[in-house]
Amino acid sequence: MLKTFRIGGIHPKANKLSAGKTIQSIEIPDEVSIPLAQHIGAPSQPVVKKGDKVKVGTLIGKSVGFVSANIHSSVSGTVKKIDKVVDVSGYRRDAVIISVEGDEWEDSIDRSETLINECALSQKEIIDKIAASGIVGMGGATFPTHVKLMPPPGTKAEVLIINGVECEPYLTSDHQLMMEKTEEILIGTTLLMKALNVSKAIIGIENNKKDVIAKFSQLASSYPGIRIQPLEERYPQGGEKQLIDALIGRQVPSGALPIAVGAVVQNVGTTFAVYEAVQKNKPLIERIVTVTGEEVHNPCNIRSRIGVPFQALIDFAGGLPQNTGKIVSGGPMMGKAVAYTDIPVTKGTSGILIISSSKAKRKTPKDCIRCAKCVQVCPMGLNPTLLMNLSEYAVWDRAEKNHITDCIECGSCSYTCPADRPLLDYIRLGKGKVMALMKARKN
Amino acid sequence: MENKLVVSPSPHVHGRDSIPKNMYGVLIALIPAFLVSLYVFRLDAIIITLFSVLFCVGFEYLIAKFILKKQPTITDGSAILTGILLAFNLPSNLPLWILAIGALAAIGIGKMSFGGLGNNIFNPALVGRIFLLISFPAQMTTWPVPATAATDAVTSATVLANLKFNPDNLPSLTHMFLGTEGGSLGEMSALALLLGLGYLLWKKIITWHIPTAILGTVALFSGILYLIHPIPQHNPLIHLFSGGLMLGAIFMATDYVTSPLTKKGMLIYGFFIGIITMCIRLWGAYPEGMSFAIVLMNGFTPLINYYTTPKRFGEVKKNG
Amino acid sequence: MNAILIAVALLGIIGAASATILYLTGQKFKVIEDPLIEQIQEILPGANCGGCGFPGCRGFASAVVKSYTMDDLFCPVGGQETMDKIATILGKTAPATSKKIAVVRCDGTCEHRPQTSIYDGAPRCAIEAALYGGETDCFFGCLGLGDCVDACLFDAIHINPQTLLPEVDEDKCTACGACVKACPKDIIELRKQGPKSRRIFVSCVNKDKGPIARKACEVACIGCSKCLQVCAFDAITIENNLAYIDDDKCRLCRKCVPVCPTNSIWELNFPPRKEKASESSKEEIKKTV
Repeated sequence: MLKTFRIGGIHPKANKLSAGKTIQSIEIPDEVSIPLAQHIGAPSQPVVKKGDKVKVGTLIGKSVGFVSANIHSSVSGTVKKIDKVVDVSGYRRDAVIISVEGDEWEDSIDRSETLINECALSQKEIIDKIAASGIVGMGGATFPTHVKLMPPPGTKAEVLIINGVECEPYLTSDHQLMMEKTEEILIGTTLLMKALNVSKAIIGIENNKKDVIAKFSQLASSYPGIRIQPLEERYPQGGEKQLIDALIGRQVPSGALPIAVGAVVQNVGTTFAVYEAVQKNKPLIERIVTVTGEEVHNPCNIRSRIGVPFQALIDFAGGLPQNTGKIVSGGPMMGKAVAYTDIPVTKGTSGILIISSSKAKRKTPKDCIRCAKCVQVCPMGLNPTLLMNLSEYAVWDRAEKNHITDCIECGSCSYTCPADRPLLDYIRLGKGKVMALMKARKN
Repeated sequence: MENKLVVSPSPHVHGRDSIPKNMYGVLIALIPAFLVSLYVFRLDAIIITLFSVLFCVGFEYLIAKFILKKQPTITDGSAILTGILLAFNLPSNLPLWILAIGALAAIGIGKMSFGGLGNNIFNPALVGRIFLLISFPAQMTTWPVPATAATDAVTSATVLANLKFNPDNLPSLTHMFLGTEGGSLGEMSALALLLGLGYLLWKKIITWHIPTAILGTVALFSGILYLIHPIPQHNPLIHLFSGGLMLGAIFMATDYVTSPLTKKGMLIYGFFIGIITMCIRLWGAYPEGMSFAIVLMNGFTPLINYYTTPKRFGEVKKNG
Repeated sequence: MNAILIAVALLGIIGAASATILYLTGQKFKVIEDPLIEQIQEILPGANCGGCGFPGCRGFASAVVKSYTMDDLFCPVGGQETMDKIATILGKTAPATSKKIAVVRCDGTCEHRPQTSIYDGAPRCAIEAALYGGETDCFFGCLGLGDCVDACLFDAIHINPQTLLPEVDEDKCTACGACVKACPKDIIELRKQGPKSRRIFVSCVNKDKGPIARKACEVACIGCSKCLQVCAFDAITIENNLAYIDDDKCRLCRKCVPVCPTNSIWELNFPPRKEKASESSKEEIKKTV
């Protein structure tokens, strides 16, 4: 039976144009810029300087602080400079710019395709290796993975959840990865189970990926403790809290982390990266990116090195269409629109969506008709129209009382609104303000 | 690439739902009821409905353009809907000048004085109807006998008026259900209105909460009384199929703007509409209380919204 | 007759009883408060803008009464005049402070700073700033959506429809600082109003390197330090490719203004210079609000 989460949700048109397209590698450009802030938390500290020679896999940015991640060179060549480059945040931030020379890898990395099943490492050694490899949540949130694998004192992980939902329309990078690297993901899951010391793992996959479900179900029997759970097609099922609710029927309390209900969620892309890091000594230097859009000549799934500009990927997919109106990094529901095409691919870039100019602009907002459709679709059970008004008129105390900080910014409210109101724009603003106020009050 | 890129916060797609889509959806749901009134009242149904719509749209256009000085939004369908709902609440032989006054009250007082669609507190069509009912009680309560009825009289009282003042002269339930007894334009046939409800639910324009709460409360309320004291005044079926109850529960109380946001709130709102309607029907001076009940509860909607919150994620007890 | 008497008596008794109860409760729950607070609150402008750093005028009044000195307390709206009055009541001395005024440090008009992308979200600077750098290649400049206008309680700041930049009305600005807090890009600064409203400041906050800043905007400060060299009073500092004029040190000699290669230093309300009179008067007209 198909499972799903209990509150709200929408069903946007899937538009998986690049489904079933084999992952292709693209040529490495002459120059890459690798941002030092690719994860949530403190940006890494550069450990190379101008003129240094680097190989593929050389550490170039060291994590600082608890929530942070290492950054490795994705190419071989010479460090040109460390400078500010516009990245997906829309601002100039520090990045290491490397001139590419050849493609020479660090000797420790195992580049063969052979599957390595056994792992003799201890729990701590696995976590250390994951941390050293700079792995972060690759679904888009980019939270450092090793932090998630160390539950805070007093909590205990009971079940590992692997997120293969990919509920965002258009995106197929996870789908294709699961198709091509099924066994690697299963081994990665086993490694994560060991790191968390749990005996149970559930891989949640939406039912629009029947081929993947079939392939996983066939292979999973030889991996004890791993169960495949098909899920109903519904957005935002890939949200951490929604997925936990769908799979094990527990709801993470307001303001708490998933570990509060004994669950740890990892994305399939992350799980594959964990396999490569632990079994092949390969740090996180590349990822799968879907390049898609109605007008794109050749929608495809690309294995891209970190730091390659979007333009190179778009060119591979047939070039930027004449009538491009908007470029989104990520999916259409939660992705971020960018203003330039030379933005580098980072660890969190799950896709590049190109929207034609006729669909790029929003419609003019009308007055709210209080139809309550946003209330019905909110997966967190909030009242978006109220929260928008409270944010617009800066009534922060009432916004806080109405749990504005629970918002997961999935965009279901703005998607549904028949009056085309920018609900999430204001709620996001209010959420930020209320969080800052709460933090200030604590100190 | 020559054109500048658009940058906006997520989400970057929209569900293509719109205000006109919802409004015209309701209009489609009203077609069966209109057909019945067309069959019963013939040309009068067309005249009253057409002029009501014309007056409402016209007044909205004029008020928006010359008094509020903003872009008139008559194409969103809400003024047409108000016009039709107002017409459906009127007797078919109402003079057109009274109709015009009703439309002015509905649009001018009920809607535009609050700032237009989305800002009104009370259901505009009902504001118009109540205005007329109080100002012109005679014209508003003289109902022409349907062409389909088998009597020679020119005018007659409605089922509810009979129920209240003349309980021996009641039509059969089948007639009431199919809608061949006297009454306002749109409240003739419970069957046609229920067909409309089916369409609204199917298209997800409204949820089941408000109609169910109202009809359920009325049925329960009168049902209990009928068990205690079985007289026609207490018959739940007569109450369900007569007067504007169906029309009100399905099309008027579910008006987006004036009904609560949360499911809990909708149930509370519907429950009280049912109670107030029954109280007026049984013990009030008017034979019908639906419009008063809805407008009264419209006034309580902000309060209900304030005190009812949606069921929040993470509030539910663990059951895994 | 009897009925009237009874009614009068009854009402009288009820009235007397209520008065007694009210008096007793009033006494019991009496809050003893310095009457000076009330007195000072009456002098204060009553805008409750929070510009002083206290929650409303009453908050400021009680703070000023309790405080030993008046050094750190200042009502920006009432200004020196109000502070002197308060000082008289309290028998303290108000330190002399110079009147300040809000200054918008961006001159990125449509001509100076070409648009490179289209923002299509809710019209709030804070929302746009959280999303990306803005519609131009300058990521530091004004977004022009008027969060400062919404924040101003005194109707003293408005977006000029031609330049799409905010302009401060000198007569109305009280230097309460609400716009400074509202601006997500930190463009607005409270600076000394100066004698006869004469001020000199760098009208740019772009911290990018010179070439990038110049490419994004014709009048960006490129951090070339020419102004630094001509300043005789050490008033100019350059940090992160951006010049800043310290209004405490600046003597308004105007030497830095003509040397700026990008015209990013502004002089306000000065008489026209003798040389190049025509051009500077043109500037004058443009820059005076």
